[in-house]
Amino acid sequence: MSDKDTTYQVPIGPIHPALKEPFMINFRLDGETIVDADPHPGMNHRGIEFMGMHRNPLKVIPLAERICGICSIVHQHMFTTAVEHAAGIEPTNRARYIRTIMAELERIHSHVLWAGVAAHEIGFDTHLHFTWKIREKVMDLLEFITGNRVNYAMWTVGGVRRDITKDMYPKIEDTLTYYESLYTKLEDIFLGDPSIRLRTKDIGILTKEEALRLCGVGPTVRASGVKKDVRIDQPYAAYGDLELDYIIPSKFGYENTGDVFSKTLVRLKEVVQSIDLIRQCVDQMPDEDIDSEPKKAVLLNKLKKADGEGIGRLEAPRGEAFHYVRLKEGREELDNWKVRASTYNNLATYAPMFMGEQIADIPIIAACIDPCIGCMDRAVVVDVSTGQKTDYDHEDLHKLSVEKTKRMLGGSL
Amino acid sequence: MPTSTVFTLIKQLLTKKATNPFPVKYTPGNMHAAASLIESGKLSINPPVDIPPNFRGKLSYDVESCIGCKLCLKVCPSEALAFKPDEKKVKHYVSRCTFCGQCVNICPKDCFVLTDEFLMAGLDNYSDELVLNP
Repeated sequence: MSDKDTTYQVPIGPIHPALKEPFMINFRLDGETIVDADPHPGMNHRGIEFMGMHRNPLKVIPLAERICGICSIVHQHMFTTAVEHAAGIEPTNRARYIRTIMAELERIHSHVLWAGVAAHEIGFDTHLHFTWKIREKVMDLLEFITGNRVNYAMWTVGGVRRDITKDMYPKIEDTLTYYESLYTKLEDIFLGDPSIRLRTKDIGILTKEEALRLCGVGPTVRASGVKKDVRIDQPYAAYGDLELDYIIPSKFGYENTGDVFSKTLVRLKEVVQSIDLIRQCVDQMPDEDIDSEPKKAVLLNKLKKADGEGIGRLEAPRGEAFHYVRLKEGREELDNWKVRASTYNNLATYAPMFMGEQIADIPIIAACIDPCIGCMDRAVVVDVSTGQKTDYDHEDLHKLSVEKTKRMLGGSL
Repeated sequence: MPTSTVFTLIKQLLTKKATNPFPVKYTPGNMHAAASLIESGKLSINPPVDIPPNFRGKLSYDVESCIGCKLCLKVCPSEALAFKPDEKKVKHYVSRCTFCGQCVNICPKDCFVLTDEFLMAGLDNYSDELVLNP
């Protein structure tokens, strides 16, 4: 798009310490309305893949879980799956179930956290504190099982390192009941509240065609009615044995509009689905060893002799993510390692979602694909005709967003 | 507008804080004075939150039973362990440790144990408390 028909250019990003995947978006504005959004990923490179190529697979597991601050489980799960695939090692069935329970617990905590962030972006800090308070319960459970709130160090090639024993079941059940009892309230707040509806309904629309064309993943495209879920399409861990269905808004009597509201709906319904999946796992858990190769020295030898490529593909809370690993015979370190996280796919869906919206909607639309929202730092507005620059930082944008909520409510809140 | 948001807001104001007020409910301006009050029994400490059962804290290293097989060095992701060739034992830098516990799993003689200790702050990374078997 040429500069002639736009008034302002607003670059947002690229670097903020809170971001896992720093990116930059160039906005072109006509007055308050966004006419073009151009995302630029790849602004920060930590060299984690390169570090991994100088370490053996067991050393990479704790490194892989540090790729993301929230999805600690996702990356170690994918990495171990990829290594198992490459080396031809099978995890035990009990390990598959434990992995599924852990992955679903993480989905609960990630989605509840997202709901809080979304509420904060449109100016409802009470809900932020409420959701983050109830998130503590699942964090406590994860700490109880693994010994740490984040960075669980739970996975190993061929299984898991810690068992979920029978005496832990009551505590798991207790947590699940807690979320079930609070779910109606969460739904009431995020789906029933008129002021939240005003800010999320018909904002940031992603049509089904655009979602398919841009290869978006996870709740972002499921909200548009795309049936896409790796847990069902290509079952891994124990998902093949469990009963689950695609969560799309039309299943619950809503329209598949793909706006922020439907994305919220999909995420909240996935919390209920996760609760159900964990119950199924606990019921069906087989009695077996948790690790197919408890002698780690033997495992290291086996991995050194392995030769081949492997992939790990799974449904992270944000959508499909992917790891590729290549092992070479006689080489202890990984020969190649490639990570593709779900936010990378979803960045492309920003362009149609921002189109025609206002500057004040940038925070909530940016948050709706569930990236790390700290990216709203360092925005500069350039007036093309005069060359005058105005700084917009995260707080200014946030203020604009909150003011819009107040304006839409007509000062009645 | 009497929405559920408003009710939540009012209810949150009256709800007890989720945070555990450790060590005392209102942090005193002078910690030393508070410490002496606690010693004399005039002030009681609020008990801390329990450590979870599988807590991964500071490592303890049994120098005697170590056979110097160097397996732990092969799995340490942060290279917090160093081999001492003349002694045939290892040295552990606590400040580099990520507490993943992979050395605990691989050790054939069970020299390593993850303890409950979590107070590891210090000014010197190489002080005696932060280097095991220096």
